[in-house]
Amino acid sequence: MPSLKDLRNRIASVKATQKITKAMQMVAAAKLRRAQEAAEAARPYAERMEAVLANLASAFEGRDDAPRLLAGTGKDDVHLLLVATAERGLCGGFNSSIAKLARERAKSLIAQGKTVKIVCVGKKGFDALKRDLGAYIVKTIELRHVKRVAFENANEIGDLVRAMFDAGEFDVCTLFYARFQSVISQVPTAQQLIPATFGEAAKTVQTDAVYEYEPDEGEILAELLPRNISVQIFRGLLENAASEQGARMSAMDNATRNAGDMINKLTLSYNRQRQAQITKELIEIISGAEAL
Amino acid sequence: MAGAFQFELVSPERLLLSEEVTMVVVPGSEGEFGVMAGHAPMMSTLRPGLLRVSREGGADQAYFVRGGFAEAGPKGLTVLAEQATSLSDLKAEDIASQIRDAEEDLADAGDDDARARSAAALAQLREVQAALKLA
Repeated sequence: MPSLKDLRNRIASVKATQKITKAMQMVAAAKLRRAQEAAEAARPYAERMEAVLANLASAFEGRDDAPRLLAGTGKDDVHLLLVATAERGLCGGFNSSIAKLARERAKSLIAQGKTVKIVCVGKKGFDALKRDLGAYIVKTIELRHVKRVAFENANEIGDLVRAMFDAGEFDVCTLFYARFQSVISQVPTAQQLIPATFGEAAKTVQTDAVYEYEPDEGEILAELLPRNISVQIFRGLLENAASEQGARMSAMDNATRNAGDMINKLTLSYNRQRQAQITKELIEIISGAEAL
Repeated sequence: MAGAFQFELVSPERLLLSEEVTMVVVPGSEGEFGVMAGHAPMMSTLRPGLLRVSREGGADQAYFVRGGFAEAGPKGLTVLAEQATSLSDLKAEDIASQIRDAEEDLADAGDDDARARSAAALAQLREVQAALKLA
């Protein structure tokens, strides 16, 4: 049975923890709003880009002179997994659910006899994957110093991916990130970057108008495809940032509530014990008086 | 007067402009072109340069754009630029540092193709710099 002093100390420490989790929750809420705004602001660009590319790409379907970024290398032996996670922990299952999806994909590819290379964006993904897939990780990109993800950050990653692709280091590239659905729900998502794929939604936006191209379609496509990789990575990073803050917010909300429950329980047993002690002392005094 | 049409200027980070305008001059990779209401559907890539927007009432605005493409369609004109800055926010150092980058690219260029590309980019940036000093 802990003494009264022990209980007092524990209550004080849980209260301090609760203050921290509460503060973290509020900070996450403020950051979430900003991240969500950034993600929404980036949406028009990515959507337009996708629609235009889908339009152009459909003209090249099945043609031999289609750019390699669109048609692929014709093999799928080497897979590059680009795993985007957060730089910090304490955000519920956010990092581990992305890492889990990537790990499952990597294991199934290895079982099929394919070569797997992993590039981690964010330290937590590296931490989660290094134990069992450490040998496959070719590079880790840290974005710790970045307060707000800018397009340049995504572009640097895009440059790296393009350089690796041009050097023939992989055939298929997939990006892993968590799509932001709501504060309580973030969906780990795998998106294939190379060869480029386009969502069904983008395909239906096709217009009937006959476009004039300047320079010709092939050149435009050749210029836009590499850019599209950066744009998709950027979108993934922004979704990830919003998801991270959302996940942290609900995790910290839970933690604050649990701390509250714990404080209630501890206070109850503290009061009980204090009452027991008072009763004990009274009995001692009364029985002492009766004995006289 | 053909009237106004919808114009959108979008960068990866945000939507810079979405409004009714009377004319836009776009720095296309094969030359500048003006777009007015009812333009034939076309698509063009961009080179670094100034994009000028004219509105009804005469309030003109200029943006520095770099990389991306312009799409004129039945619904209006959309410019997707990898970088877009309003001319009033653009600083001389920004251009100067981009020119330095381009010079480095030129020095690093491995084959003739890459060299030609970076030389063209450098020339275009210098052009913008010269134009800005005059303005």
